[in-house]
Amino acid sequence: MALLELENVHSYYGNIHALKGISLTVEEGEVVTLIGANGAGKSTTLKTISGILQPRQGVVRLEGRNLTEYKAHEIVSQGVIQVPEGRRIFSRLSVRENLEMGAFTRKDTAGIKADMEKVFTLFPRLLERENQVAGTLSGGEQQMLATGRGLMARPRILLMDEPSMGLAPVLVDLIFDTIKELNEEGMTILLVEQNALLALDVADRGYVLETGTIVLAGSAKELRENPQVKEAYLGG
Amino acid sequence: MKEESPFTYRDALQFGLIAGILVIFISLVGMVVAFNERYIVAQTITLGQIIVFLPPLTLGYYGARRAKGRQGSKGLLMSLLLGLVAGAVVAGFVILGTSVNLRTVFINAAPKLFDVLTFGRESAAAAALWAIAGGGLLAVLGGVFTLLSSWLRRALVMAITSVVLIGILQELLNITFGSRNWFKPVNEFFFEQKGLSWTGAIVIFVVTVLISVWRTFYGDRPAKAMSRMSPQSQRSIQIGSLVLGGIILLLVPRFLGPYPSEILTTVGIYIIMGLGLNIVVGYAGLLDLGYVAFFAIGAYTMGILTTVGKLSTMEWSFWLALPAAVLLALMAGIILGIPVLKMRGDYLAIVTLGFGEIIRIVVLSDWLKPSIGGAQGILQIPKAHIGGYEFKGPEQVYYLVLFGIALVAFVAWRLRDARLGRAWKAVREDEDVAEAMGIHLVNTKLMAFATGAAFAGLSGAIFAAKLGSIFPHSFNLIVSINVLSLIIVGGIGSLPGVVAGAFILVGMPELLREFADYRMLMYGALLVVMMLVKPEGFVPEATHQREFHEDEEEIEADSLAAETS
Ligand SMILES: Nc1ncnc2c1ncn2[C@@H]1O[C@H](COP(=O)(O)OP(=O)(O)O)[C@@H](O)[C@H]1O
Ligand SMILES: [Mg+2]
Repeated sequence: MALLELENVHSYYGNIHALKGISLTVEEGEVVTLIGANGAGKSTTLKTISGILQPRQGVVRLEGRNLTEYKAHEIVSQGVIQVPEGRRIFSRLSVRENLEMGAFTRKDTAGIKADMEKVFTLFPRLLERENQVAGTLSGGEQQMLATGRGLMARPRILLMDEPSMGLAPVLVDLIFDTIKELNEEGMTILLVEQNALLALDVADRGYVLETGTIVLAGSAKELRENPQVKEAYLGG
Repeated sequence: MKEESPFTYRDALQFGLIAGILVIFISLVGMVVAFNERYIVAQTITLGQIIVFLPPLTLGYYGARRAKGRQGSKGLLMSLLLGLVAGAVVAGFVILGTSVNLRTVFINAAPKLFDVLTFGRESAAAAALWAIAGGGLLAVLGGVFTLLSSWLRRALVMAITSVVLIGILQELLNITFGSRNWFKPVNEFFFEQKGLSWTGAIVIFVVTVLISVWRTFYGDRPAKAMSRMSPQSQRSIQIGSLVLGGIILLLVPRFLGPYPSEILTTVGIYIIMGLGLNIVVGYAGLLDLGYVAFFAIGAYTMGILTTVGKLSTMEWSFWLALPAAVLLALMAGIILGIPVLKMRGDYLAIVTLGFGEIIRIVVLSDWLKPSIGGAQGILQIPKAHIGGYEFKGPEQVYYLVLFGIALVAFVAWRLRDARLGRAWKAVREDEDVAEAMGIHLVNTKLMAFATGAAFAGLSGAIFAAKLGSIFPHSFNLIVSINVLSLIIVGGIGSLPGVVAGAFILVGMPELLREFADYRMLMYGALLVVMMLVKPEGFVPEATHQREFHEDEEEIEADSLAAETS
C-alpha cells in the first residue's frame, strides 16, 4: 500500500475547476516530484492533500485511510506536513518560536527538544540566529526555517511547495542537498517544483501537471529523457 | 552637487506651518482658554500656556533631529527657522483675530483667547513680535534637546512631566487629603491657592531629575543584586513584593477616600474589559469593534436577575447572578463568533460593529421594554453583599473591581503561555500557516471570542451592581472605542499595557473636567502621535517591541510599568 495516494481528485475554487482528476502515489521513503508551469495546480494539489481545500470528487488516502474525512488540523496530527509556498514563516516571531510552532500538535517535550537539536544540526545558520526575529532572516534562511518548522512536526510525509522559488543558486543547492539528506534518513517527500531540472535530480519519480491534469508520469530518469519534458521544462 | 539636498528650507517651512496650525487649531477648538484656568505654577504658568508651547517645542525637537540626520550642525538653525515660521503663523492669526471679529464662525475666537496667546500684549505689533520671538525661542529650546545626551533628555522630560502632572493633581489632592493633619504643611510647602508654589515646583523638578538619573546609571542594581542571590531568596523576595503590592492595593481606598476610589473603580471596570478585548485583538488578532455588546449583556443579566424594582424577576443575589452574567456573555461571544469566523480584517470589524449596535438597539426597543425597561433602563439593582458586608460606595466597590481584575488578569496571564495562547499567537501572525501547523482555526478563534466576551460580561455585571441602575445609553459605540484605544495606547497584547492605557485614557479625563470636553479629540491626537512616535504602545508586548526595538524605549517602558503596577 502506498503511503499517500490520490485517486481521481477534482478540486474547485468556486467555479474554477483547478484539479481535473489527479491520481498519484507516493511510496514510503520516496521523493516524488510534481512539476508544472505556474498556475498548473501544484499548490492546489498540496492544499487538497492537507485538507485546506475539500475535493469535490475523488479520495486522498494516507496508508489507506481516507483523508478527505478529516479536518486540516487533524491531517497535520497524522503527519502530513506542508512547507508552504513563498516561505510563509511567522515573521514577527523568533526563529525558536517558529520552530516551536511547528511542533504545535506534539506533546512529547523531550522529543520536541531532540528534534529542535536535529534541525539546528541540519541548519547551523538557524542556531546562530535562534533568537532573531524571523522576518529579518535572508530568503535562504527563511526557507531553511520553513523547512525546519515542517520537520518539527515529525512528518510521515513532507509536502514542499517550490522551495527554490526566488532563491540564489547557491542557496537552492543547499536546500536541495538537505532534501537529499533528509530522504537518505528515510523521510518521504512530495516535492512541488517549477524548476524541473533540479527536482528531477533529487526525485525518484515524477509527475508532470498541466492545467489541472497529469499529462506524464514516470521515473525521474525517464522524465529527464522525455523529449516533451525536455522541450517544455528543461530548456530544450 | 545639489542632489544630496541636505538641509531644506522646505522642511523648516513645513514643520513651522504644522506647529503654527496646531496652535491655531487648539485655540479655535477652545482648549487653550479652557485649560488656561488651571495653574500649574502659581501665577506664572497655566496648562493652557503649556499646550500652546508644546507644538513649537516638540516640532523644534523633531525638526532639529531630522536636519541633523541630513547635515551635522544645522539642527538648531532648522529649529530657529521653523519656530519663526510657526510664530509668524500665530502672529498672523492674532492680528486677524484682534482686528476682525471671527466669532461669527469660530465661537472660541474670543478676546480672552488672544489675551492668552499674546500674554496680555495690547498692541497688535507688539503681540506679533512677541509671538514670532516666542516661537523661535521655544523651537530652539526644543532643538537644544537633540544636543543633550539621552539620559539628561530623559531626566528633563520626566521632570517637566512630573511638575505638570502634580500641578494638575492639586485639586484631587486637596479633595482627598484636605482633612488630614499631615497634609496641611505639605500643601503649604508645595502649593499656593492655585497651582504649585515656585519652591514646590523646583523641588519636584530636582527630585525627579535625580531619580531619573539614578535609574539610568544605577537602576539595574537591585535586579543585579537579586540575580546574585540564591533561587530561594529570589523567590521569597518575589513573593514578598507581591504580598506587599497586594496589601498596598487593599489599603488604597482607606487611604484615598471616596472620590479617588470612584475614579479607580471606573478605571478598573475598563481594565477588566481591556484585558478581555486584549485577548481578542491583542492575542488572537481579531479586530472586534462591537465589544460593548458583551459588557451590556453582562450588565443587563445582572440587572434583570437581581433588580427588586418594577421589573423584578428572580431577585437573585449578586453572587448568584454573577456567574449567570459571565456565562451568558460567553455564550453570546460564541454565537457572534460562529458566523464571523470566516471573515478577516475589515469585514470582521464591520460585522462586529454591527453586532454592537444591534444589541444596543434591541435593548432600547419597545419590543423588549416590558422585561428590560427600554430607554428607562433597569432601576433598583441591589448592591453586592458578602454576609453583612455591603459593597455600597466606591470605597467598597473598589474591592469588587480589584477581585475582578485579579481573576481576569490571572486567567489572561495563564492563557497567554498555555497551548491556547500559542495557538492565538499563530493565528494572529498568519492564519493560513497556523492551520498548516495543525491549529484548529474555528475552535481557537471561538475561544478568543468567548474568553473576551466572558471578561466583558464580568465587567458589565460589576458595573450594574456598582451603579444600581443601568440605561441603554451607557452601552454605545464609544465604550468599544475607548477599550480599543486603551489597548493600543498601552501596547497591543501587553497586560501591564492595558493597565497603563486605562489609567491614561480613562483616569485622566475623570481627573480633569476640562479634559472631558475634549476627550475624543485627545484620544484621536494621542493615537496619531502614538502611531508616529511609539507605535508599539507605552508598555509593549515582547513580539511588538521586537518589531520597533530601541534601547531607550525599553527603559521608559520599564519605568512606566513600575509606576502603574
Ligand atoms: N484562492 C484561489 N482562488 C481562485 N483561484 C485560485 C486560487 N488559488 C489558485 N487559483 C487558480 O487555480 C489554478 C491553480 O493554481 P495553483 O495551484 O496555485 O498553481 P501552481 O501552484 O501550480 O502555480 C490557477 O489557475 C489559479 O489561478
Ligand atoms: Mg504554487
